[in-house]
Amino acid sequence: MLEGAGGFVILAARAAIAAFRPPLRLRATLYQMHVQGVRALGLAAVAGAFTGMALALQFGAGLARFSAQSILPELTTLGLFRELLPVVIGLVIGGRIGAGIAAELGTMSVTEQIDAVRALGADPVAELVVPRVAAATIVLPLVTVFADGVATAGAMLVARLDEGIHARFFIDASRRFVLPGDFLFGVVKTAAFGLSIALLACWYGGRARGGADGVGRATTRTVVNGALAVIVIDYFLSRAFGPVLAQGPQM
Amino acid sequence: MALIEYRGVGKRFDDKVVLDAIDLSVEAGEIIALIGPSGTGKTVTLKLLIGFLRPDEGEVRFDGIDIARADGKALQRIRQRIGFVFQGSALFDSLTVGENVAYGLRVGQRVSPVEAAREANGCLAMVGLPDAAPLSPQELSGGMRKRVAIARALCTKPEVLLYDEPTAGLDPANVRLIGRLIRTLRDRLGNTAMVVTHDRDLALEVADRVALLLDGKLAWSGPAEVARRAPPPELEEFFAGRNGAAT
Repeated sequence: MLEGAGGFVILAARAAIAAFRPPLRLRATLYQMHVQGVRALGLAAVAGAFTGMALALQFGAGLARFSAQSILPELTTLGLFRELLPVVIGLVIGGRIGAGIAAELGTMSVTEQIDAVRALGADPVAELVVPRVAAATIVLPLVTVFADGVATAGAMLVARLDEGIHARFFIDASRRFVLPGDFLFGVVKTAAFGLSIALLACWYGGRARGGADGVGRATTRTVVNGALAVIVIDYFLSRAFGPVLAQGPQM
Repeated sequence: MALIEYRGVGKRFDDKVVLDAIDLSVEAGEIIALIGPSGTGKTVTLKLLIGFLRPDEGEVRFDGIDIARADGKALQRIRQRIGFVFQGSALFDSLTVGENVAYGLRVGQRVSPVEAAREANGCLAMVGLPDAAPLSPQELSGGMRKRVAIARALCTKPEVLLYDEPTAGLDPANVRLIGRLIRTLRDRLGNTAMVVTHDRDLALEVADRVALLLDGKLAWSGPAEVARRAPPPELEEFFAGRNGAAT
């Protein structure tokens, strides 16, 4: 366990050093961003839309008990931007990214392709880990911004259909209440999710042994531990930065 | 001084002793075939030389440098002098054949893409696949994959080529083709080669010297000519399949 943790930290440190050592692997990183992000936009749209609609539905039902449906836009947008959507995107898109990396590197490991990279005088951390981790760290926040927009549209639709709240009112109320910091906090913490998931995926994938079974185990571990990492990191980031951002406008 | 030296090398995985005090030298320009039953440490012997594994005892020297003591940069430089042909070819699925062959030059040695592609085409021609560059590895037969793996290994102009079971899973025609290729490349390029194989015919056809590993020990080592004409009892038993499979 300790040996594993030590190895993971060493991998992270080597990746950090290699990331800033020329040549920068821009082309490989852009390709990974395309694979991890652009191809996941459909999934992010569906996840975002239904998350936004479900939250508006639940808040609508809860606030109706206090006849307070008029604050539905503020609560829904705040909840989506600061907490729910980053976590959902971290779990869904992060899980997709992590599984993809672990399966790819796992297959490369069991077919000796990673050894081949080393044998050809290249550094597997610089060539394989850095582009994937950098791309995940950049892509997850961008996908979250996209999903924020889709989720808000979904929430507006439910607010209109169920509570009769007009879209203009929804947007104005949300803009008055939700601070840029609330939005940025949600977006930035997904960078931490992307970084940790991609590193875990590279760690488990690169250590895969024993054929398809080993690749399967590496992928499962990445998805499970990546999801746990999202939840744990979310708590600690919320604990560290939440109180600073909590001082919004008074109702 | 020999180019490659194994001095009292021991290697174990958990409780299993894979190599036990091996002493072996390989001269520059020589082709040595490492033969022996499965699990006797033939591949481990190659992986110790390229620094994928470290010996538990003894030392492995390449051109006088102790591999286990070489730091990251030194090891990288050593690896650029050694080409490795993996048992399963280990071609990169996401790259074309041309990109695979150029990889060591382009990524390992930072040669320009145009120059690397030109060199890669030359290496592909050398292994008899002059038009394979744009193909995907998935489009190749087993024998072609092996030849591409050889082209990739020799494209960085290594002094030593390590072949790990280069004919495993190939039909007899491809086995002969690969055997001729190993010999031809050495004759044309003058590089040293270590060939790990189960295949008696390949070992006797391509090697200048044969080394037999049994139970982690070097059971016999001598000229291929002797192995062909008057094999010692250990080698005869191995060839007859009595102390491990020889095909």
